[in-house]
Formats: sequence, structure tokens, C-alpha cells
Amino acid sequence: MSAEPVILISDLHKAFDDVEVLKGIDLEVRRGETLVIIGRSGCGKSVLLQCLIGLLAPDSGRVVVDGMDITAFHDEKQWKKLWLRVGFLFQGGALFDSMTVGNNIGFPLKHHTGLNDICISRHVLGLLDLVGLGGQEGKYPSELSGGMQKRVSIARTLALDPDIVLYDEPTSGLDPVTSDAISTMIKDLNRRAGTTSIVVTHDIRSAFLIADSIAMLEAGQVIMSGNVEDFKSSKQEKVQLFLYGRHDIGEGS
Amino acid sequence: MSPGIRQLGKWMLEVVQYLGGLVLFSFGSVRNLLSGPVFLRETVLQMHSVGVRSMPLVCLAALSTGAVLGMQTIDILGKFGAVQYVAAVVGLSVVKELSPVITALLVAGRSGSGISAELGSMVVTRQVDALKVLAVNPVKFLASTRIVACIIVVPLLTALADLLGVFGGLLVAVFQKGIPYRTYIHKTLEFITLSDVLPGLFKGAVFGLIIGTVACYEGLRVKGGTEGVGRSTTAAVVLASLLIFISDVYLTKILILLFPE
Repeated sequence: MSAEPVILISDLHKAFDDVEVLKGIDLEVRRGETLVIIGRSGCGKSVLLQCLIGLLAPDSGRVVVDGMDITAFHDEKQWKKLWLRVGFLFQGGALFDSMTVGNNIGFPLKHHTGLNDICISRHVLGLLDLVGLGGQEGKYPSELSGGMQKRVSIARTLALDPDIVLYDEPTSGLDPVTSDAISTMIKDLNRRAGTTSIVVTHDIRSAFLIADSIAMLEAGQVIMSGNVEDFKSSKQEKVQLFLYGRHDIGEGS
Repeated sequence: MSPGIRQLGKWMLEVVQYLGGLVLFSFGSVRNLLSGPVFLRETVLQMHSVGVRSMPLVCLAALSTGAVLGMQTIDILGKFGAVQYVAAVVGLSVVKELSPVITALLVAGRSGSGISAELGSMVVTRQVDALKVLAVNPVKFLASTRIVACIIVVPLLTALADLLGVFGGLLVAVFQKGIPYRTYIHKTLEFITLSDVLPGLFKGAVFGLIIGTVACYEGLRVKGGTEGVGRSTTAAVVLASLLIFISDVYLTKILILLFPE
């Protein structure tokens, strides 16, 4: 893993009306690294991730992704360049429900590669095998379980072979076994392709499984960052309370 | 300033803001068509969805409108000894006014609501955001294709409604008054020229633009989950219908000036 930061976030602020959700976030992710951002629901994790891909515009601060200062982007061509290099996995999967699984995965290939239909379907079958869903290409998303939908969504996210992948709650709403399977799959895929990733989750088990490094967010600020061992041995009360799932975290304890 | 006037001002500002947004959205959709990839397959699919599926409804409405118009006018014309002119009255009323408006209202109710609900659901389930991060322009992929489909399909449905409306009048004339069908067709062709039909079809295209634009605009600006989808679907139908009636007044005036009798 090189020391070169691929994603650089400095002093990022974002507010909705009068509620300040991000209060000066500073983070960096090195090439090939998987950074997991943990924190309670509503602490600003997903907002941060959406600021990195252009779904939300930060109020101030700077975000540099692979050498591109996205906070200075001013036209759609620049965003398109970013979107072709960065994959984004939505919390609910966001699969196109009017399309089959095969067409969902083939969608970005069809629009951005110039491959013919035969090559695309071959590629789609390969991606489905990669996520362990061979033979499901003819089904519609509504015919699949939550875990299978997540896998299809991961396959679609990886279809254009992105250098960077942002995962928003990849294991939310899944049972522990499926959750572990998805986490292991993300870890394997990242290792195999050397992808740089940011994974947002409140699933601590998944975080420890996937992470090279972890940052914990609390009320819009990073309260701790380090590797898995640092977190396990941390004496910080808020960190310990989060790891053991106590409800009184951040409520004056 | 009294609260009533303040409220009125606020309401007027909202209306102007909404209409401004609608016009900008419409321009943006058209501009999208002139640049980058053309989503031909998606457009054809939408033409099928808007056109073919609305066809039975439009046919039935046009047929009954033509028939009712025939029934209402045939006896009055008979009093003046001009019963054979029923073909002209029904034909001209249908092609100039009734067909385009009835077709547009039916498409707004059936397909406009469908488009708005579909796009609204896509916003709520984040499929529109997914399109964006997959580097496909959602306005171009979802809205421009549907607007073009409406612009093409509504005049085609209007033409079909013209034929069915005339046929409805013919049925009444033949079975109620025993007018030979050849005479009815002859009179229809004598009184209705291309300059009567074309303005109606042009109206249809403008109404198609209104239906597509309003439905897509309402669908893509959904906020507040499934409740918002319901609200925007209702708003799409109500607004498109209102704009059809309002624009019909101006279009009729302009078309009378362009195609004088």
C-alpha cells in the first residue's frame, strides 16, 4: 500500500437549514486502502459519503479525489469523469426495478463502453459469478432477497472496474450470516482489484472484518481514527460504548 | 401590510417560481436532445407505453364524442332542412377542437399520472441518484425520452381520434336518419381540408409537450417519500389539464390567424 492519499477531505462542512451535520471533517485515504467510517445513525456518515460523489454539495471545505478537486467542479463533464472512476453502492441498492438483474449490471457497460450485446452479457455473467449469483440474470430485483439485491448492486457498482468504491451501509438490514458474507466479499474484491474504498457502516462486526483503517464520527466530527487494533484497545468512553452497543453514548455520559 | 395581501403575494411568487422552473426544465430537456447520446430504445419504449396503451381509451372516447355530437346536432339541422350538413358539423368540431383536447386530457390522466408516479418512485428509491452516479444524465434518460414520446404520440392519437370521431357521427347519421354512408363521407371530405386537420395535430404536439414536461417535472421533484409521490401524481394531472385548457385558447387564436377560413 503506497502512502499517496487518493481521497483527501479537509475541513468539510455541511448543514441542512440550521442543522449542521458535518462540522469540519478531515480525513485521507491512501491508494488501495479500505477506510471504514463508523458512527451512530444520524452522525453524518452517509452525508459525508454523498458529498464525495456529488449527490450533495458541501457548504465549505475541500475534497480531492484522485487528484481532482471536486469542490471546484463547475460542469457536468468533470462530474462524469469522476463518476466513471468512482463506484457508489447505495444503502438500499437502488437497483432499477423495471430492469432484469442482467440489464441492471449491464446498464453502465451499455452506456459507457461501446461493447456489443454479446460482450456485455458475457461480462455480466462474469460479474454475477464474482458476487456468487450465477444464473440469476433473468430475474427482476423484486424477486430477490435483500442480500441478493445487495450483491447485484455491488456487481453493478463494479461493472466499470472503478479505481475507488464508496459503500453506503453495505450490510444494513441483513442477517449476521449474510452480513458476514457481504463483508468478506467486499474485502476480497478490494484486495483482488487493489481498489481504494470508503465503507460507511454502523455494523461494528463488518467494520472490523473489512477495515484497513477506521474513523469514528460523532455529531459531525471525527472523534477517533486508527486501525482495528487501535479501536479494540481504545479507552475512549464513546468508542467503547459504541463497540458494545450501549444506548447512552453521547448523551452526557 | 395585511396578512391576506402578504399571503397572496407569497402564493403568486410560488406560482411564478413554479412556472419558471417548469419552463427552464422544458428548455433543459429540449437542449439535452440536441447534445450527446440519443436514447432511441428508451424513447420507443415510452412511445409504446404512452401511445399503444392509451389507444383503446382514446378510440372509445372519440367514437362516443362523435356519436353524441351527431345526435345533438342532427335534429337541429333537420329543422333547417340541412341534415346532410351533420357531416360537416361533426367533422369540423372533432378535428379542430374535440379530438386534440379530449385525447390530450385522456393521455394526461392515464400516461401523465403514470409517468409522474414512476419517476417519483424512482426518486424515492434513489434510482435517479443511481443513474447520476452511473454517469447517465437522469433528465436526458428519463425526462427527454418521455417528453419526445408524448410530442410524437399525442398527435398520432389525435389523428386516430379524428377518424373515430367522424365514424361515430357517421353511425348516428346512417342508423338514426338513414343518410347513405357514401353521402356522409362525401360531405366530410368536401368540408374538411388538410388546413382543418393539421392545426389540430399541431395542437396535439403542443399538448404532448405540456403533458410530458409537467409529468416529468412533477415526478423528478418529488419530496417526502410515498406521500410525495401521490401528491405529485395528482398535481401532474391537474396542472397538465389546466395548462391544456389555457394553452388551447391561445393556440386556437394563433392557428385561426395562421389558417384563416
